Amino acid sequence: MTEATTATSVRRLNDQISVIDIKGEITAASESTLMDAFNEASGDATKAVILNFGGLDYMNSSGIGLLVTLLVRAQRQHQELLAYGLNEHYRQIFELTRLDEAIGIHDTEDSATAAAGR
Amino acid sequence: MSVDKESPSGGSTRRDDEAWAKPTPALEVTILPEGAINRNVAGRRVTGPIQGFGRMWQKTYRVRMSGVDIDPTEVIKTWKEHFPEFWPEGNRFYGPLTGIAPGEVAVLNLSMPGRLKLSTGVMVMYADDESFTFMTPEGHMFAGWITFSAFKEGRSTVAQAQVLIRASDPLYELGLALGGHEVEDRFWQTTLTTLAARFGVEDPAPETRYLLVDRKRQWRMAKNVWHNAGVRSGFYMMGMPARWASKRLKRKSPPYTSEGSSQNSDL
Repeated sequence: MTEATTATSVRRLNDQISVIDIKGEITAASESTLMDAFNEASGDATKAVILNFGGLDYMNSSGIGLLVTLLVRAQRQHQELLAYGLNEHYRQIFELTRLDEAIGIHDTEDSATAAAGR
Repeated sequence: MSVDKESPSGGSTRRDDEAWAKPTPALEVTILPEGAINRNVAGRRVTGPIQGFGRMWQKTYRVRMSGVDIDPTEVIKTWKEHFPEFWPEGNRFYGPLTGIAPGEVAVLNLSMPGRLKLSTGVMVMYADDESFTFMTPEGHMFAGWITFSAFKEGRSTVAQAQVLIRASDPLYELGLALGGHEVEDRFWQTTLTTLAARFGVEDPAPETRYLLVDRKRQWRMAKNVWHNAGVRSGFYMMGMPARWASKRLKRKSPPYTSEGSSQNSDL
């Protein structure tokens, strides 16, 4: 399969909220990188994981499938999944795939964090 | 705390702008050949695994193009251009004349038990040189995405169909439990075998892998049964004799104007 370039970094804002900063591509080849980041972001007390797509350059349909898998994992752990930093193109993809019905989309990290705290 | 992780290096120069369909509130069907049953597609919303009812499955069907030197992009090009030809007999895929391109809608007439023809459709959600993905409309047996791809694995090219789906409603979920999974498996295994044979592969041996992504059923989505294309196609087929008889009667009896004169019946 085509190799993807995905870089992630995990920030814990507090015990309950973590942010995963995503840079590069999301394709089938990103699976282990994304899942490792999610494991890193999820603690026992974590209530919300926020995905920062500000550095996203490319995503194909396998990549959007990975986000569904991530969502299922979050739901299984009773965690909320939120997102911010999506440009207009990727917002449209979330709308097309109706992922925006399950992942809260926000303009900024502050608004995603505020929503996560509610 | 911050942890950096990265998959294999090499900056991204790829673009996906043209590969994705645009969001659409409802599907539209363009011209169809005569004989195609166009039900349960136009006006429907598209769905994904989030909107389905049943357990979420990821099923992967693969065939290795052993002994054949073929580029993955060539496989995808042929697959896109001749998609309906690889389907099992008795099932029809009425794609747009423009071919498989993002946003295009195809009508499907699928053979079901009891000589029922299930009419539903798909929309092309994503298409590039290496893969293409369909998403399903409301009423389709599955809520989800089907991705067709080809890639190099070792020296061989592998063609793959991967579904990420939930049964759309409780009736379909029951159908899957009563043998529907096996029917679907045979469908895609046959498709891949035919595809591989097209490229000259001798005795293609498709593999199937299952992954239960989510064992939970989404009971709030049980209402999807309202759109069930199987039930609606069944009612439509039951009404066919009546519609046929009604057409015949209209053709035979000459319509009269209020003055009682006969008119052309091509009204």
